[in-house]
Amino acid sequence: MSGVRPVGAAPGPVARTVILAVVGVVFAIPILAMFEFSLRNLAGGYTLSHWAGVFSPTATVTYAAIFTGLGNSLLLAVVTVVIILVILLPTMILVQLQFPRLRRVLEFVCIIPITVPAIVMVVGLAPVYSVVARLAGSSIWTLAFAYGVTVLPYAYRAIQSNLSAVDVVTLSEAARSLGAGWGSVLWRVILPNLRRGILAASFITVAVVLGEFTIASLLNRVNLQTALVQISKSDPFVAVIFSLLALGFAFVLLLFIGRLASDRRTRSVKKAS
Amino acid sequence: MTVETSPPRRARRLVSVSPSVLGLTPFALYVLLFLAIPTVLAVLSGLFDAQGHFTLANVAALFAPDILKTFASSFWVSAVTAVVGAVVGALVCYALLGMNPQGALRSMVDSAASVLAQFGGVMLAFAFIATIGIQGFVTVFLRGLGIDIFSNGVWLYQVPGLLLPYIYFQVPLMIITFMPALEGLKPQWAEANATLGGTRLTYWVRIAGPVLAPSFLGSLLLLFANAFSSYATAAALISQGAQIVPLQIRAALISETVLGRSNMAGALALGMIVIMVVLMWGYSALQSRTTRWQQ
Repeated sequence: MSGVRPVGAAPGPVARTVILAVVGVVFAIPILAMFEFSLRNLAGGYTLSHWAGVFSPTATVTYAAIFTGLGNSLLLAVVTVVIILVILLPTMILVQLQFPRLRRVLEFVCIIPITVPAIVMVVGLAPVYSVVARLAGSSIWTLAFAYGVTVLPYAYRAIQSNLSAVDVVTLSEAARSLGAGWGSVLWRVILPNLRRGILAASFITVAVVLGEFTIASLLNRVNLQTALVQISKSDPFVAVIFSLLALGFAFVLLLFIGRLASDRRTRSVKKAS
Repeated sequence: MTVETSPPRRARRLVSVSPSVLGLTPFALYVLLFLAIPTVLAVLSGLFDAQGHFTLANVAALFAPDILKTFASSFWVSAVTAVVGAVVGALVCYALLGMNPQGALRSMVDSAASVLAQFGGVMLAFAFIATIGIQGFVTVFLRGLGIDIFSNGVWLYQVPGLLLPYIYFQVPLMIITFMPALEGLKPQWAEANATLGGTRLTYWVRIAGPVLAPSFLGSLLLLFANAFSSYATAAALISQGAQIVPLQIRAALISETVLGRSNMAGALALGMIVIMVVLMWGYSALQSRTTRWQQ
């Protein structure tokens, strides 16, 4: 036991393993239960027939509603991330650099959507969307404007905790005094330092949008969740299978995004050295 | 060259300040159109009757015993799941501390937490029906051991049935929101503590604890608000009745068209917002303490 005594805050290997194993097992049970349920035969015993039905060539016809909902949800996720990165992120950086007095105001605004739950918002969104439909048509992507507001608190928290841990004011002043223009300050100094916050914000935005049910169902739009509820009434096995696939899909997607970021990071480090 | 290294003061102000103010307008416009206007419309509807006249009747109806009971149910479900979620989530954050953020386990935990925290909704209801439903995996397994979890009646489709599914999304949300705060602990503090002869206990009790406390309480309030305003899981699990406030709003929205009971949803929304404003005021106060340490 003569190894280096950890100086930092990190836990010992035993505590770490015990906590992660216990929580991991408990959190795996509902997912395993869903899988077990999807294999059940109504007459008793187990069968692969429910899964075979989902993966049969005619599935896109049989379960067309689900595939439409999935496509709509993916489109909404992309548009909402773009809204967050194009509207929220520049505003937060701008406020941090130029308008420190507005920081509390921005935070207050970004927290409001927690105070105003989706089910409340939807009452007021209905008239707004009748105007939006007249201006931009009633295509599904317009729902992303409402979703952008829904994810505001989470995206804000993710970016802000990164932003307040990095001294962007000093960094940008240093870069400016070394002759960098605002463009390179943003692209080569601020954004790389905010990578973790931006990623976390995108992660949670995608997750929120793919799981959104309240607004879509009450505005009578079709997304993945409303389609799942619809099909669960006629075929609970298929609803569970699609839920498993959706959860797995989101998991892989988020894993992929994380990997992509760390790859880019190691590559740029190699290039720099 | 000379212009760039020493720009005249006034010219620089003109160039840098006015575009900055313009830079705030997209966000301001967006928030006005899709946050301010819908909120005002939703809340104001509770103060008017079907004919468009101002009335306090809907607000007064909030204090009827059955409505107060749903607020109480919402409160204790949110409190229990927020506390359990915050404590378990903080423990997981602690366990993850010091691991390589790009490592396989960290990546998997990050992704899984993100999925479960906000992706759940309807699908968590399916998951828990498959787990502790009447024919659920765990229910059947425990029945084999002679334990009947439903010996006092089936509680999964009642308010107590919300606790486990809610904890299932509260813990991951805690991991997401609290992890950055834990990672923000400066290694120098631990080194200084060690140099001055402090133990790890001293470090946690006298340094990390006080620094993290506002952030922890802030996350706790966020979790409470998250549970209090959550709709999808409850809606999918409890199809009949209105046991918590969001379901009461659903019922009011539906009955508005069926029974002509006008604008009760708006009044419920108003009541909900009042509670949420108090919570968020507390959260905001705690956040300002957190940032004090980070500067």
